[in-house]
Amino acid sequence: MSNVLDILSWAAIVGGSFFALVGGIGLLRLPDFFSRVHAVGIQDTLATGLIIFGLLLQTDEWLVAVKLGLVFIVVLFTGPTATHALARAALHAGFRPPLDSETKTSNN
Amino acid sequence: MRILAFLTSLVALWLLLSGFFTPLQLSFGAMSCAFTLWLTVRLGLLRHDYLRLRVSVRSPGYVVWLAWEIVKSNLHVARVILSPRMPLQRQVVRLHPTQRSGLGIAIYANSITLTPGTLTMDADDGVLEVHALTTPVADDLRSGEMDRRVTRLEGN
Repeated sequence: MSNVLDILSWAAIVGGSFFALVGGIGLLRLPDFFSRVHAVGIQDTLATGLIIFGLLLQTDEWLVAVKLGLVFIVVLFTGPTATHALARAALHAGFRPPLDSETKTSNN
Repeated sequence: MRILAFLTSLVALWLLLSGFFTPLQLSFGAMSCAFTLWLTVRLGLLRHDYLRLRVSVRSPGYVVWLAWEIVKSNLHVARVILSPRMPLQRQVVRLHPTQRSGLGIAIYANSITLTPGTLTMDADDGVLEVHALTTPVADDLRSGEMDRRVTRLEGN
C-alpha cells in the first residue's frame, strides 16, 4: 500500500517538475511579453498542483496536509491576480501585444 | 455578528498555521488577528459577505469543471511550447461577461487567467480584453461556456 502511494507521489512530483520546466522553457522561447506570461500560467496551476499533490501523499500529519492545501489555494488566487496586474500595467503603459490574427469580438 | 464570525475564523487560521502556544506567540497572534480585522473592516469588505456565501454553495461543481479545463489547456500550451516550430496564433478576444456582480466578473476574469493560454488584460465598461495564445483556446472562450457557468454560480 505504501509502495503504491510512493509511486503515485513520485509520479506526481516528477510530473509537476516536468511542467515547471516546460513553463521555464516557454518563458525563454515565446517571442513577446504577453505570450511569455502564458508560460507562467502552467507553473501556477498544473506544476504547483501536481507537486503539492505528490507532497500530500508523503505526509501522515493532517496539519501538514491542511497547510499544503492552503499553500495551493493561495497560489491559485494570487497567481492570476499578479498575472493580470502585469498584463494590465503593460497594456496601460502603451505596450500593444503583437498579434497573428485579427481581434474578434464575441457576444458571450 | 459578521465581525465575530470573521474574527473566529482568523483566530482558527492562526492557531492552525502556528502550532506555538507560548504566551509571547499567542500575543503576537492576537495582535495580527486584531490588525487584520481592523484593516478588513476599514476596507468595507465584510459588507458583501452574503454574496460569498451564496457562491460557495454552488462552487464545488464549478471548481471540478474548471480544474479539468485547466488540465486540458495546460497540456495544449505545453505541447505548443515544446513543438519545434511553436505554432502561435496570438489574438485578442473581446468578451461581454453576463455576470451581474463585481465578484462574478472577478471570478470569470480570474478563471480565464488561471487557464493557461488565455489571459485577461483589461476589464473595463463590461468588456473583458483577453489575450489568447492559440486559436483553440480562443475558440473555447468564444463558445461562452465558462461565462455561462460563472453566471449560473451567481444564482439569482
